[in-house]
Amino acid sequence: MKKWRIAAAAVVASMMLAACGGSAEETTTAATEAAAEEAEAAETEAEAEEAEASEGAVWTFGGLGPITGSTAIYGTAVMNGAQIAVDEVNEAGGINGYQVNWIFEDDEAGTETAVNAYNALKDQGMQMLIGTTTSGSCMAVIAETEADNMFQITPSGTTADITAPANVWRMCFSDPAQGTKSAEFIATHELATKIGVIYDSSDTYSSGIYENFAAEAANQGLEIVAAEAFTSESNTDFRTQLQIIQDAGAELVFLPFYYTEASLVLRQANEMGYEPMFFGCDGMDGILTLPDFDVSLAEGLMLLTPFAADATDDKTVSFVTKYEEKFGETPNQFAADAYDCVYVLKQAMEAAGVTPDMSVSDLCDAVCAEMVNVSYDGLTGAGISFSEDGEPNKEPRAVRIENGAYVMMD
Amino acid sequence: MKLKYRKRALRYNLITYGMVIFFYVLWEIMMNTGNMSSLMKGMLVSLCYYSMLAVSLNLVVGISGELSLGHAGFMCIGAFTGAIFAMTIGAALPGWLELLIAIILGALVSAAFGFLIGIPVLRLRGDYLAIVTLAFGEIIKNVINVVYFGIDSRGPHISFKDSLSLGLEPDGVTIIKGAQGISRLPRNATFTLGIILLLISLFIVLNLINSRHGRAIMAIRDNRIAAESIGISASKYKMLAFVIASSIAGVAGVLYSHNLSTLQSTSANFGYNQSIMILVFVVLGGIGNIRNSVIAATILTILPEKLRFLDDYRMLIYAVVLIAMMLFNSAPSAIEFRARMAAKFARRKNSAEVDDER
Repeated sequence: MKKWRIAAAAVVASMMLAACGGSAEETTTAATEAAAEEAEAAETEAEAEEAEASEGAVWTFGGLGPITGSTAIYGTAVMNGAQIAVDEVNEAGGINGYQVNWIFEDDEAGTETAVNAYNALKDQGMQMLIGTTTSGSCMAVIAETEADNMFQITPSGTTADITAPANVWRMCFSDPAQGTKSAEFIATHELATKIGVIYDSSDTYSSGIYENFAAEAANQGLEIVAAEAFTSESNTDFRTQLQIIQDAGAELVFLPFYYTEASLVLRQANEMGYEPMFFGCDGMDGILTLPDFDVSLAEGLMLLTPFAADATDDKTVSFVTKYEEKFGETPNQFAADAYDCVYVLKQAMEAAGVTPDMSVSDLCDAVCAEMVNVSYDGLTGAGISFSEDGEPNKEPRAVRIENGAYVMMD
Repeated sequence: MKLKYRKRALRYNLITYGMVIFFYVLWEIMMNTGNMSSLMKGMLVSLCYYSMLAVSLNLVVGISGELSLGHAGFMCIGAFTGAIFAMTIGAALPGWLELLIAIILGALVSAAFGFLIGIPVLRLRGDYLAIVTLAFGEIIKNVINVVYFGIDSRGPHISFKDSLSLGLEPDGVTIIKGAQGISRLPRNATFTLGIILLLISLFIVLNLINSRHGRAIMAIRDNRIAAESIGISASKYKMLAFVIASSIAGVAGVLYSHNLSTLQSTSANFGYNQSIMILVFVVLGGIGNIRNSVIAATILTILPEKLRFLDDYRMLIYAVVLIAMMLFNSAPSAIEFRARMAAKFARRKNSAEVDDER
């Protein structure tokens, strides 16, 4: 008798676990069914129904990124950056007359969690995905969005393969593009010919850039005299790597990784009395705001970045002011990329003339068809457009740190 | 006496299988009638492989009495074996055949690694297995992170530096890209397959426990000297349990690699934390209790996802729930309290029955 009672309790509990959130899905399937019915119905009827359906309808944009764990600042930045854009869009009357609802789930930058988080967003009625923030989880999620034919634009997933499916677009430069552009930039500006590289072999972003940098460097006549790797478990002491690079006679050290490690590299090079030129990628952005970091060490550091928070154009100033007001921090490039994603999406959706009662798949097809026609002046570049393969076309920008501030290089 | 023991074991086993099949049918019906959330649908396969991992680790920790802290390492081996097979030879085969061979390969390769590790370690007494498996799990994870593997018309190439030094022909494809892992994998693992594999794992483990070999293994766990004095080879039987557990973990890995389209060896999926997580399933379920391992694995996999509505407090609440569950399950005072409650409950029922009779 007692066993039966336990078994019954277990069954009820499992039903609750499994069915929780089911109601949201039901409403979305009901919505798609309604949309399908409308398409079949006579035109006049359809119009009448559409008008009815539009009452209370909103756009639901989903976002994915880590808001817990070691990469939490990137996910948080994407969440907040897009929030600013969504607020602005809603204030200005929404997209095609419908307000936008921005929902965000934590993917902990893991592949398995990202797929679960994606499914959780779907249960909440997500129509389009702005995410994911990190490359690894993005690779797992693209298979899901491709199967569902859901529109996806990643603000900051840089791995080359992300944009392989037709429904996936990208806001930032891919790893190959960053590596190649960096090598091009160094060669055309004749900064150096002997180059040393330190990279994080356990990080897809870092090793991806390095590989493409190395490939392009050979074409540009640059000589890589030393390429030293570290991993996420040995990211505090870079003296060995710096010593090897110094002995190899490198004039410029390329640092394609994030600023927390880069700050240590700069400090340790300074302690060793080694003063080459340093060149970083967009992951270096944020080094000036790092707590307890002696900014004078970064003097002369060059980096490829799409966004500088202290730029003086109206768009950036307005974005930075709003962001600081609302979240109490200076936005980084992740926030800027996410902000631009929302506006690009808005432009494409307005051009396609879509409405929220369309099915996710129809929305994706309509918006994808318009993405190639988008031309948008954003925070991360002027005249941003997209090519068929999902990659953005925008000019790479490099800055040099002078007197503790970014100065644009040309 | 013997018959009674057998009967009890059979009943325990049948309840375990019945429970798995019951939930399979229940969830399958819910899925087909559209009553299941996408979140839950996406997690069904992962419930199967986490259950398999918990069951297999319980064989080592609970039945054989050795502590293993590198179970995720065996899962990692199985996952990468299966994924490499799927991307090379398996790509030309039909889906089911590819899966079948991948599962067998994953089991064999993981078992081989389990055997290699077992040779020196299982001859020793003490916590050596915990130390060695802990190191092993980390080594596997980190080695895979630096391996670059590609294949072209001249055959396979391997490098430990970067994908450029593979020197592939233009027709070549890079399969493992170091830390970027393997991407665009086929996703042909289904819930049905997961349940079949879980049932097979349960069948193997439960039958082993109730066999002559299983009793020998438990005898060694309880008193090694006494067991050896009657001629049981301790290292041989410990090895048997350990190798079976590794190969089941390998199969779970193959399932894992066929469930997501991308496979990376990060600390989140194959690192130390994952091994500890599997150990938590075992400890929470009850050491040596196979059925409860499955239940614990299922609950603890679903729980963090179902706590999503708590936003930032999700992991905090998860930890609190975990501690509360641990205390309720294993703290002496909690056990006493439960026994007291049960006695009270039984007494009340008895007296009620007596009342009825009156």
